[in-house]
Order: sequence, then structure tokens, then C-alpha cells
Amino acid sequence: MIGIEKLSLTLSGIPVLRDVSLDIAAGRTLGLVGESGSGKSMTALSIMRLLPHGAQMRGKVHLEDRELNELSERQMCAVRGAEIGMIFQEPMTALNPVQTIGDQVAETLLVHGTASRSEARAIARERLARVGLVPERFPLDRYPHELSGGQRQRVCIALAIALRPKLLIADEPTTALDVTTQAQILDLIRELVREEEMACLFITHDLAVVSEMADEIAVMKAGAVVERAPTATLLREMRHPYTRALFDASRHQPERASAKSEAPLLEVRGAVRDYTLRRQRLFGPRPSFRAVDGVSFAVKRGESLGLVGESGCGKSTLTRAILGLEAFQGGEILLDGQPVSTRMPAELRRRMQVVFQDPYGSFNPRHRVARLLTEPFHLTGRPPDLKERIGEALENVGLASSDRDKFPHEFSGGQRQRIAIARALITRPELIILDEAVSALDVSIRAQIMDLLADLQGRFGLSYLFIAHDLTVVRAITDRVLVMQAGRIVEEGETQAVFSAPTDSYTRALLDAAPALPAA
Amino acid sequence: MNWPIQLRLGSALFGVFLLAALLSLVWTPYDVTELEIAAKLSAPSAAHWLGTDHLGRDMLSMLMAGARTSIAVALVAVGIGIALGVPLGLSAAANRGSFLDEIIMRGNDLIFAFPSLVIAILITAVFGPSALNAILAIGIFNIPVFARVARGAALTIWPREFILAARVAGKGKVLISTEHILPNIANLLVVQGTIQFSMGILAEAGLSYVGLGAQPPTPSWGRMLADAQTFFYGYPRLALLPGLAIVLTVLGLNLMGDGLRDLLDPRLRRAVR
Repeated sequence: MIGIEKLSLTLSGIPVLRDVSLDIAAGRTLGLVGESGSGKSMTALSIMRLLPHGAQMRGKVHLEDRELNELSERQMCAVRGAEIGMIFQEPMTALNPVQTIGDQVAETLLVHGTASRSEARAIARERLARVGLVPERFPLDRYPHELSGGQRQRVCIALAIALRPKLLIADEPTTALDVTTQAQILDLIRELVREEEMACLFITHDLAVVSEMADEIAVMKAGAVVERAPTATLLREMRHPYTRALFDASRHQPERASAKSEAPLLEVRGAVRDYTLRRQRLFGPRPSFRAVDGVSFAVKRGESLGLVGESGCGKSTLTRAILGLEAFQGGEILLDGQPVSTRMPAELRRRMQVVFQDPYGSFNPRHRVARLLTEPFHLTGRPPDLKERIGEALENVGLASSDRDKFPHEFSGGQRQRIAIARALITRPELIILDEAVSALDVSIRAQIMDLLADLQGRFGLSYLFIAHDLTVVRAITDRVLVMQAGRIVEEGETQAVFSAPTDSYTRALLDAAPALPAA
Repeated sequence: MNWPIQLRLGSALFGVFLLAALLSLVWTPYDVTELEIAAKLSAPSAAHWLGTDHLGRDMLSMLMAGARTSIAVALVAVGIGIALGVPLGLSAAANRGSFLDEIIMRGNDLIFAFPSLVIAILITAVFGPSALNAILAIGIFNIPVFARVARGAALTIWPREFILAARVAGKGKVLISTEHILPNIANLLVVQGTIQFSMGILAEAGLSYVGLGAQPPTPSWGRMLADAQTFFYGYPRLALLPGLAIVLTVLGLNLMGDGLRDLLDPRLRRAVR
């Protein structure tokens, strides 16, 4: 149905795609996997001919018997949305916040002149119901902000399939969603592809997702397809070394020397965090929202404790309370027996550091590495051997001490995460909180960072509190795990035990929803 | 650095007047306090390039010295706005939603609520007309502008992770605001600064025109306009020259502001993230 032949693309002279050839039949799903910068999204944008300035495209793209690359921009506009639908990663930014969902779906129909206004609304209602947003509960006059992330993604899907396109391009459609929501959206896409006889190009970096979704998988590396085969064959044979490396990396288990003791380092006892909300009426009472509800646990010395939960469960709030950045209303948090609060002494603060998710956002873009690394010395005062300490910290995380004079934008995502770890290590803390610290990284980089973390833990006897939504990562790197839901800990136990025999229904739902790679 | 065209044009326009103002500090073709009644209202000639006014003062010298007054008044007024407005805005952002935030922002609203020229007239009427009081009056109205811009921009920086990292490093609000927030919002403040600068020049001209700005014999573009009013039919040159000077300076500054925004806004700049 859709075919790409020898597609090459350059952006301002730099080659981005090299001789990419793909084809997808109606009712089938092709999974396009690869790490960031491998050219997955550029392939999709080339099909849509939505390329950035300075792009030069060669090769052929045909949809049924038409050559898309020979159409004028005007003719292409008629194809986009009508014959090719696209779903994006971020459902919030893909929808217009000031337009109702009904209008947005109807607009697609009106733009293509296929229906009158009242017909368009009727079709919009039917399409929204098709993606699971039934009109009784989700009337057409809802606005995007009134919906959850998963519901918004459903609206995006309704938009993409409004005109029953022949090809559906899904570019990382579930990356921004929680696992349980992800499972629902994947089910929906799979069902739509089958029933509506669409061809589907499914782009993702998540191998587990693609192995569940796709009939056929194409692996991309540096702008070229290195291996392409039906899913089962590809998983069994993995003929290209890069494919194997990719799968190995996502199954990676860092080697960990367990040196944990029974003495608790961090103790959280019945922590409660309430947020007061805006008054509903002028003199009405202020309603409050309990984000963390009587949470108790302990992190032992040298231990890795995982904290798992979906967005909005209170993980981040709890993290900020543990770091002494936010006050909490009940219970107590103790680090090595001393109370943690927003006014705790610098010496106590020094013993606890944090690594964040976003390797781009966690540094002030205007400072050099040396200055970024030494920021925690604000707590202790600058040591006399400052230069050595910076060099040592950089070398500990596998960077060169000469990197100290560079700016953060000169590093790749993985290297930046190393810098973030170096910054956390520089005050020689005992506890490091890893807040989704590997979530934004490509699988091969993620495997390296996990090795690094395991190595550092062995060398310095660190304790980790590992906060993540990705269950495979938690399974690979933690000794014990906590499952959090709606502000409470619903399950706690040894990681392997919890994963193999969950007792709580929510934990079970989480594990069931998580896509898994077939065993090697 | 590749400067946008507006920035080059704006800098060139404003640069001419700035140079004239600086030059007037040490040299003008004639003394602007010297009246040469015999040569009054003379047309442009080799002796007086732009002619003379109704009191026989050299127009070119008047324009140069007037540029000095206008630019000095506007510059100091913008300085007052930045010096007071930015710290207020930063502390409002650092204490978002608190009582302090409310006080600062409602105070801002209060100043915004008054027509600026009316208050300027009030100030100069109470404290007497002078260049200094014009500066004060214009400066006060710059404070809320900068406070708002600083607060709005700072609020977008505060939720970033590097701020959280700084807080984990034990840094307080003041240190974070000066070390992390200020450098990251400086570009916006610079752009706003050029725009307020041009508004300051207009305001100074307006105040001088109604006689509440710089007092004679200090030359000022607004005063020159006011003086030229009665001679407009016979000698339109007298009004056109200072009018043109005001228009070109303001145009230059606005172009500079536009250009700087394009140059400094990372979204409009093609660079590595």
C-alpha cells in the first residue's frame, strides 16, 4: 500500500537518511525502531513531506499507485490528514488548547471538504466514540485541559483517523504516557489498524513496545535501515550486530556487588503532604489535596531502593520532601537519625544529593562544567583541593578532567547525565536520589549509566533511592521496591519477589500493563 | 555574530544621535546659551548649517545639546526602572503566591493605573520643573514595567531542574535569583530596556514641551518644539528638525529592540540546544 524506495535526505548538506526502503501493506504494522538521531521521525516527516528548511530529498514515496514525491504542495495538503494520519508523542501540544475536542475533529473533515458542518460534527462524535470517548461522558464541547493525558491521546488518534486514512503514522505515541494508559492506547491502535484496514508506521525507541505491536520491524541506525524482518524472525535471529546490541542493552542487568547493611540511612515515618487549593467561593474554606498520605519506609546503607508509580502518585512530592525542599505536614523524615526539614543544617544536606531526569534541563546553560560541578560546595565551603576534586569527580563518571571548561551544550545526553552524577558525587554524599535519572536516555546509553551507577555504589558504598516509572529499569538495578499509588505505598518487598509474585492488585495491573521483551 | 538587519539599522540611527550627544559634552559649533539676535531665523548657510532659531541660536548646536538632555534623562530613568523594578520582580517570582508577591504586584498595578503623564505633571508641579524631576517621574513609571517583565520571565525559569539542583545545593532565593535566574532573563530585560529607553525619550520631549522638563537655557528637543510652535507657518524648519530628531531616535531604538530580541531569543536563533 505504502512504499518508500531509496529515500535519501540531507539537511543543509548533512546526510540524515540514506537509501531507506520500506513498504507496509494494509492492515499491517511496521515498527521503526532506533535510538535518537537515527532518522526515524525524519522518515515519517519525509512521507508527509513536512520537512524543515534546507532539506533535500531524493527517492520515491508512493501511496497505492500515486507518487507522493511528485505531487505539488497543494496536492500534498489534500493527502495529509485525509490519506495519511499522524499521531505525535505529546498529546498536550498536539491539540489546540482553546478549541473543543469536537471542533478539532470536525475541523479536519471541514478542511478536506468532505462533509457539511452538521455532518462533520456527527462524524466527529462517531470517531471520538470509536476511540473510546463516548459522547455521554465526553461531550464534544470538552476542552483538552479537561482530559487526562491518555484521553488527549485518544482525541489525537480520533483526529488522525477522522477521514479513514490509508496510512497511520504513530511517532512515539505512548512515550509520554503511564504504563497502564500506554497499554490501553496500544490496544486501541492495534484494533484500529486491524478493523479499519490501515497501514501503520509505528515509530518508537522502546523495543518491548514494538515487539508487541508490530508485524514487521525495521531497525534504523545513523539514517539507514540496518535490518528488517517479520517481528518473530527478527527477535529470533537478530542478524545485524546493532540489532543485537540494541536488544542486549534493553535487557541489560548491571553487575552489582551487594554490600548493604541492615542499618537504616534514611527513614521516612508516616510522612504527609497536603496542598491547599484555591477557594471555590470567596469566603469558602480552602480545599486541600493530600499528595503524600502516611508514607513510611527506610533506605538501608548501601541499598538500592526502587520507588515505582504512575504520574501524579506523589513520587515527586515525596522526593522534594526527602530532599528538604518542601515542608511536610505530618510524620518525620530522618537521615542517619537526624531530622530532615527545609531548614536542616548544610552538613546534613551535603549527605544527600539528587540526579534528575532531564539531561538538558538540569544545568544552567550559561555556566561551565567546573562551575556547575562545584555548586554543591555552597554547602560545605570550597575545599582547598578544589581543582583535584573537580578532576576526580569527572574521572569517576568516565569523563576527562579537561572537560571542566566546556559548556553543557557541548555534551551529548548521556554525557550530561554523567556530569549530573558527578555533581551529585562531589560532596561525597551517602544517599543519592535518582529521580527518573535514566528515563530520558537511549537504551545503549541507559545501560552504560546503569553500569556506572552500580560501579559507583560498589566503590563508595552509596545508597540509592531510585524513582522511576519504567519497571524493567527498576527491576535491573534495585534490591527492594516500593509501589506507590495515590499518595500511599501499596506494596513493598524484595524486587524479585514483588516482580514475580505481586500481592497488591495495583502492582499486578502495573506489571501486566508493562510491555515486556520476549526472553533472550 | 550575525546581526539582524533591524539591529544594524537601529544601532546606526541611534548611534548618530548618541555620538552627537557625546560630542556636545566637549564641543558644539556655537555656544547654545549665546543669543545672536541679529542673525535670528536665518536660513541654513555655511556659518549655520541648519540655520538659527528665533533667538539666533545655532540649530545644529541646539539639536546636539538637546540630544544630550533627552538621552541622559531617558537613560537614567531606564536605570531607575531596572535598578528597582528587576529586584522587585525577581523577589515576587521567588516568593510566588505569597503576601510579598501580592504586595509588589498590586503596587505595580496601582502605578499602572495612573496615566503616566498626569503623574509626571503632578511630580514636576509639586517639586518644580527640572530635568531631575522629569527623570524621577519617568523612572517611577519604568519600575512596574521591569518588575512585570522580570517576574514573568523568572517564573518560567524557576520550575527548571537546574534551579532544583541549586536548591539541593542549599542555595537560597537571593543567591538563586542572582546566579541562575538573572543571567537567564537578561536578554529579555535588555530588549525591554531599549523599548523603555525610546519611551523615555518621548516622555522627556512631552514633559519639556509643556514646560515641565529641562528648563532654559538647557536645550531640549521638546522645548525646541514648543518654541517653534508660533513660527511654524513661516519657518517650519524650526519644528521639523527637533521633531525629526525625536522620530529618528525612537525609531532607531525600537529597531534595536526588535533586532536584539531576534538576536537573543534562542527560539529564533538556530543553535544547538
